[in-house]
Amino acid sequence: MIEVENLSKQFGKKTAVDHLSFSVRKGEVLGFLGPNGAGKSTTMRMVTGFLPPSSGDAKICGISIVGNPAEAKRKIGYLPESAPLYNDMTVSGFLRFCAEVRGLSGNTRNDAVERAIATCFLQSVAYQSIETLSKGYRHRTCLAQALLHDPEVLILDEPTDGLDPNQKHEVRQLIKRLGETKAILFSTHILEEVEAACTRAVIVDRGRIVADGTPAELIAKGKGSLTDLFRKVTTLDTAA
Amino acid sequence: MKNVWTIFKRELGSYFSHPIAYAVIVVFLLLSMVFAFTLGGFMDAQDASLTYSFFAYLPFVLMVLVPAVGMRLLAEEQRSGTIELLGTMPIPMWSVIFGKFLAAALVWLIALLLTFPIWITVNQLGDPDNLTILSGYIGGFLVACTFLAITLLVSAFTRDQVICLIVAATLCIIIVLGTFDPFVRAYSKALPAGFSDAITSLGVWDHFMSLARGSFRLQDAVWFLSIILACLTGTSAILSAKRA
Repeated sequence: MIEVENLSKQFGKKTAVDHLSFSVRKGEVLGFLGPNGAGKSTTMRMVTGFLPPSSGDAKICGISIVGNPAEAKRKIGYLPESAPLYNDMTVSGFLRFCAEVRGLSGNTRNDAVERAIATCFLQSVAYQSIETLSKGYRHRTCLAQALLHDPEVLILDEPTDGLDPNQKHEVRQLIKRLGETKAILFSTHILEEVEAACTRAVIVDRGRIVADGTPAELIAKGKGSLTDLFRKVTTLDTAA
Repeated sequence: MKNVWTIFKRELGSYFSHPIAYAVIVVFLLLSMVFAFTLGGFMDAQDASLTYSFFAYLPFVLMVLVPAVGMRLLAEEQRSGTIELLGTMPIPMWSVIFGKFLAAALVWLIALLLTFPIWITVNQLGDPDNLTILSGYIGGFLVACTFLAITLLVSAFTRDQVICLIVAATLCIIIVLGTFDPFVRAYSKALPAGFSDAITSLGVWDHFMSLARGSFRLQDAVWFLSIILACLTGTSAILSAKRA
């Protein structure tokens, strides 16, 4: 459902993403691992159509994000890295706005908002101003926005970043559950998350894929430890 | 168009849930009335019109206050990262820009309409030509929209509202003061002949004052609309260039 083909991104002379290719099928949760600055967020921004790639393409359910961005974007739900929100709105007001931008209206819109609020456990803060929310609720509000239109593809940039252990567990369970019917690409640098939620994982370093496999295969490659493998195949940011 | 309406509604709601729109409207009403009753000599002029007592001072007030309304439009969107949400939703960027522009323009329409007491007053005291006054209000609104489009263009460059305010206000001040007749007469002495006419017709005064005097000329509409369109198109181009 997500097919990334030879995707590259250059910022000036710096190559952030270097001919990256991978694919995610329906029912698969692909963990996107890598040190900070490896090009994870840049890749996701290109796949979601926010950044135009320098070369290569990504196909969402067979639709090219470069050739037909408007159609491809309809198939994607995206949670950006910092979970950006409009602070002056309430949670339900924000979700209604996002649903309208997604082309939903009337009862379809209201049902979608209610469903997203229930899925992300936001009932208690639905009419609260976003400004007053804790980080966990902010994250879940932004996640709810990605689920509104029941997309076939979910792209989540560090969905558990900054959450407490309980919230992390909840979000991982949610990803696992959603992954049964969707194709999910999610980035993280927390290695336990891979075992907890992914069906497959790739490790990216300096814009290239350096390891690819199921969590069990990767652990076997690292001789029993994913951390060891991660440290072996990636470079320290001080080395670059 | 539906997308423009969605963005417009959100932006307008955001204006009136913040103190900024109220503050700017109050300051605008105060300043425009202070000018009309002091420098404009509204009571002493013995003239049943608003052209030289009220409208002639509008560009001076608008050149600073309009950027204060427009500064957050895109700067805040870029600072908080919500531009990334909008950029990954299936709507074209021009509808975002246009929706935001229309919302801020409506704030200015409301501000201008709230000066209605001076219109009532002039009608009580004398017998003014109300079509000329309407034309003056249209001119004032077009000046506000032009400054707004300039502010939007500046706010595409930066994620800092204060920088946007300073740069946009400076540009508007240059457009207003740089083409203000007494100034043009002073500095055009140093320039070859014919330059002062060119500068005057490029500036805001020639086009605004003809509307304020009640004459509607095609060249004025072309001047206002082409600056607004150029700035909005430029805004869209800058936003895409920033991502490439």
